[in-house]
Amino acid sequence: MIQVLSFYIFAALLIASAAMVIFARNPVHSVLWLIVAFFNAAGLMVLIGAEFIAMLLVIVYVGAVAVLFLFVVMMLDIDFAELRAGFVKNVPLGLMLAVVLVAELVLGIGAYRAGAVKLGTPDGAAPVNEVPNIEAIGNLLYSKYIFLFESAGLILLVAMVGAIVLTHRKSYSAKAQNISSQTMRRPQDATRNVNQPVGQGVEL
Amino acid sequence: MTSFFQSIGLSYEGAWFTATIAGILLIAFPLMLAVALIIYSERKLWAAFALRKGPNVVGPFGILQSFADGLKVFLQETIIPSASNRGLFLIAPIITFTVALMAWAVIPFDYGVVLSDINVGLLYVLAISSLGVYGIIIAGWASNSKYPFYSSMRAAAQMISYEVSIGFILICVVLWAGTFNMGGIIEGQKGHIFGFINAYGFNPLLFPIAVMFLISSMAETARAPFDLTEAESEIVAGYQTEYSSMAFALFWLGEYANVLLMCALNAILFWGGHLPPVDWAPLYLVPGIIWFFAKILVMFFIFAWVKATVPRYRYDQLMRLGWKIFLPISLFWVFLVSGYLMYIGHFE
Repeated sequence: MIQVLSFYIFAALLIASAAMVIFARNPVHSVLWLIVAFFNAAGLMVLIGAEFIAMLLVIVYVGAVAVLFLFVVMMLDIDFAELRAGFVKNVPLGLMLAVVLVAELVLGIGAYRAGAVKLGTPDGAAPVNEVPNIEAIGNLLYSKYIFLFESAGLILLVAMVGAIVLTHRKSYSAKAQNISSQTMRRPQDATRNVNQPVGQGVEL
Repeated sequence: MTSFFQSIGLSYEGAWFTATIAGILLIAFPLMLAVALIIYSERKLWAAFALRKGPNVVGPFGILQSFADGLKVFLQETIIPSASNRGLFLIAPIITFTVALMAWAVIPFDYGVVLSDINVGLLYVLAISSLGVYGIIIAGWASNSKYPFYSSMRAAAQMISYEVSIGFILICVVLWAGTFNMGGIIEGQKGHIFGFINAYGFNPLLFPIAVMFLISSMAETARAPFDLTEAESEIVAGYQTEYSSMAFALFWLGEYANVLLMCALNAILFWGGHLPPVDWAPLYLVPGIIWFFAKILVMFFIFAWVKATVPRYRYDQLMRLGWKIFLPISLFWVFLVSGYLMYIGHFE
């Protein structure tokens, strides 16, 4: 009873906030609605017993990715009128994309109903076992899928190095802090105590 | 608690619901009281560090000062700047406050005394603590004012930076404990050193990361010396600049609830949580909750001590500490700890 109720609450909120991502006029509001959508997706994950995935969704997407989105969107000065100008021109393309997505969804659900996917039962419940999520995923990830896992790691590393190489330029005008010389500095290097007679001024 | 409500004639679902609500209230209200008192005690501590008297007028020893402050902000008018984004401006403090309370759901106060004993307890805390930044970012943006905006940019960068090293530090503890469950992590510390001392923190391999975690938790809660988000000499009051009355008070309460949470996490992960310091039978006669609160208070004393004595970091120093020092060391420590544990056959 309470599961059904929470499923419908999470699902309805997920769809509503996903729609609001598109319909919100302000891009910052869009990102905030996206965060609400992530949350409700995490709630759905908890409902099917995938608590590890739910936590990862919140930590990675809400905690890091969306913060960076928000960071960028807040700093941009977006002209909404210009963004909306191409609406009529792009409608056919958008409709085509929507048709492709619907076809994919129908295909996916059809294949799932046919029982070809062994990840869960057709009723939508995850296989129940006594092993915690993290252990189950870890056992699979570090045995059967170790090469895929490590190559994914390598690809991410290459992407990271690439991003740094592309954006990191040595700037000749910027002044860097020399931390070690700052921490090595002692009061006697910079200050001195003088016992100055009154009325003679200090020689610097 | 569910069985108690079942015994007075509720169905299982009704009893579970009532028990959960009761548990939430049992945590939230004492926490608010604790925050009020901890603010008072922190002000007294700073006063002692600075050879002042601190609050001493309202009530005996000034102990009612926080309540007087609370009443004052409650009676004040909530000013909403006309150029601000009204809805988000009011939601921001609510987010900060709510998120600060949410993480307490998985904190075990004693053996088995926890609202929600989930397998991924530590990940839940990490997830919730990474949400705390939203209140600040939204506040800074919705205020539509320069300094709050600078502050929210600083907050976003700072919290993301330190979460990375906090993640690696937690991995070291989890490797040793073999579980993400908070209760399991505390149980794993029982007799950890020579079968006698109940704490990961005294383990020579884990002590350095215990110190790093303490420092990172100060940065994560934006406490001095890392309170760049509200550095009054640079950006007025940071993200709180435009806030007044209850909206400001919610930020304030949320901030201290977060500090208490971080103290509790330090106590649970490295100093044995509700276990007594040494594994000696008579010490178990003292309720675990008292040991736990004592450890939180010691941690809080360290937080207050640091805030009273250490000057504020520069922003580049803060980033350097996070990315160039803590990140490599904590990453190396994950290798070190997992290598050592493989060597002694911990995972067999």
